[in-house]
Amino acid sequence: MKGQPKMMLQLYRTMLMIRRFEEKAMDLKARQIIAGLLHLYIGEEAVATGVCASLRKDDYISSTHRGHGHCIAKGGDVSLMMAELLGRQTGYCQGKGGSMHIADIDLGILGANGIVAAGMPISGGAALSIKMRGTDQVVACFFGDGGSNTGAFHESLNMAAVWKLPVIYVCENNGYAISVAQSRACSVRDIYLRKDAYGIQGCAVDGNDVLAVYEAAKEAVARARHGEGPTLIECKTYRWRGHYEGEADRTYTYRTKQEIEEWMEKCPIKRFQKRLAEAEILDQKGLNQIEKEVQEELEKAVQFAQNSPFPEPQEALKGLYAE
Amino acid sequence: MREITFSSAIVEALKEEMRRDHRVFVMGEDVGRFGMIYIAKPELWKEFGDERVRDTPISENSIIGFALGAAITGLRPVADIMFCNLMTLAMEQIVNQVAKVRYMFGGKIKVPLVIRSSLGGLRLAAAQHSEHLEAWFTHVPGLKVAIPSTPYDAKGLLKTAIRDDNPVIFFEHQLLMPTSGPVPEEEYVIPFGKADIKREGRDITIISYALMVHRVLKSAEAVANEGIQAEVIDLRTLSPLDKETILKSVEKTGRLLIVHQSCTTGGFGAEIAALVAEEGFELLTTPIQRLGALDVPVPYSPVLEDYVVPNEQKIAEKIRGMVNQ
Repeated sequence: MKGQPKMMLQLYRTMLMIRRFEEKAMDLKARQIIAGLLHLYIGEEAVATGVCASLRKDDYISSTHRGHGHCIAKGGDVSLMMAELLGRQTGYCQGKGGSMHIADIDLGILGANGIVAAGMPISGGAALSIKMRGTDQVVACFFGDGGSNTGAFHESLNMAAVWKLPVIYVCENNGYAISVAQSRACSVRDIYLRKDAYGIQGCAVDGNDVLAVYEAAKEAVARARHGEGPTLIECKTYRWRGHYEGEADRTYTYRTKQEIEEWMEKCPIKRFQKRLAEAEILDQKGLNQIEKEVQEELEKAVQFAQNSPFPEPQEALKGLYAE
Repeated sequence: MREITFSSAIVEALKEEMRRDHRVFVMGEDVGRFGMIYIAKPELWKEFGDERVRDTPISENSIIGFALGAAITGLRPVADIMFCNLMTLAMEQIVNQVAKVRYMFGGKIKVPLVIRSSLGGLRLAAAQHSEHLEAWFTHVPGLKVAIPSTPYDAKGLLKTAIRDDNPVIFFEHQLLMPTSGPVPEEEYVIPFGKADIKREGRDITIISYALMVHRVLKSAEAVANEGIQAEVIDLRTLSPLDKETILKSVEKTGRLLIVHQSCTTGGFGAEIAALVAEEGFELLTTPIQRLGALDVPVPYSPVLEDYVVPNEQKIAEKIRGMVNQ
């Protein structure tokens, strides 16, 4: 750890950026400045951060409905993201996508997705394209515990395994598919064990430990780059907020306050901050500095979004087909 | 001009486009060694091998999803869904992803993806192998739909589909596969959105596509002996739709009959009827009529199947009924 303080600080900064972005979005949603659906990533920051830190810029990711963290970790522009959440012309999708459909093909972000596990076949196809084009790129495919119960999961892992494609399947097991606990919906307690059905490598990691996630992803990425096929990594983590913003009144019907509080104690950011302090990489002053920079960048993002115009109504008819 | 079969025309189009552009490849169930179930010509696989003529597991949704992923990262896949009842298994990717990603992402990506599927059923294939679901896909903005009736059109339209930077659903009627027709040796493509007037006439406009075009033409010959001159239009692509040719013809004849093999209710005929009612009502001298399959699943026994699907007699009766009113 001591050998690479710059990277450690970057991991911290990325996690903090995700957390603060989500808090801003939460606030804007509560004030109805953001009108649309929001699925927040708070509590799961270490997964996207650790995985994307193991990727190159030209590698691909596919994301989910809870996708802000993936986008930020892969280098997404928070101003363009915020403008999209506000439905503005300057947003990533010019207001046509919203929170669940942010993509940035230049950064290899193949899109968030409103359909559970729908990114899984798409990332398999990107990996097939890599193989056919003969490059050494890889694809990180994010999905949840819920997604692991779909047909798309099975079809994708089977096809990626049989064709030895460079995919890192990252299962973000946050315990719940909306309200249904993993234990009530999943035939196995450890989702990574499903690797054996496809004859591929896999492991489970503490999804709130950014370094553990990073190390597991790094190994999987190396395998993928060397043509050794896909890996299934299960990151055990927890969603602090409701499935969507505004769910609060239903949260305690399917999980307890105590459970949420226990997981908040395991905050991935606080934990990492403590380790950085112990390793003397980050002191209080450095901490304050990062916090300040992140806040400033997000303030700018919010201002950019709020100052941006809404699209002209007739823009709705543009962009459907390529000329 | 030489004559080749519909299925040979399809294989030729694929072969030429794969030679022309190394990014084009084919993937689907039994496309390789078997050479596609309804075509059974392994020529492509012999020339291009496993990599570019890629047999897949039975995973329709992922055949489309993988093809989409490849399409947005630099390749130009032609995905094969064996027959259109199996498209139901891939509807998530087709409807939610393929059709929408370009628009949802703000028009910044291109989706050069062709989804080929066969339809219409061989005789006695029964309900799960005989469907004609083209109308479903015309209801989804973002997809183009081509549905040729001749070897010439099949080749020219498929080449256009492969060169298009947008997703195209390309339907091939199974009963047309062994039929032959003139196809030039030299290179040609057929633009989308241009209907083909198969037969000119002044008394009634008959709109059709795929196999039914041939049945309509035979019926038109039959009623010609009775002095009825039917104009027969083959749409060739449903999205985009050649509204101009339809309206122009109705302006001439004053009568409109739409014939398709898919069941009548909610079929594409309803869309054409609505178009002419909205934009050409004053051109009509008699109410628009539709002739599609009866609204039941396609039954097995030949007696039942013949009763359900439009044939030359039924089409001719419909024409007489409308013209001799």
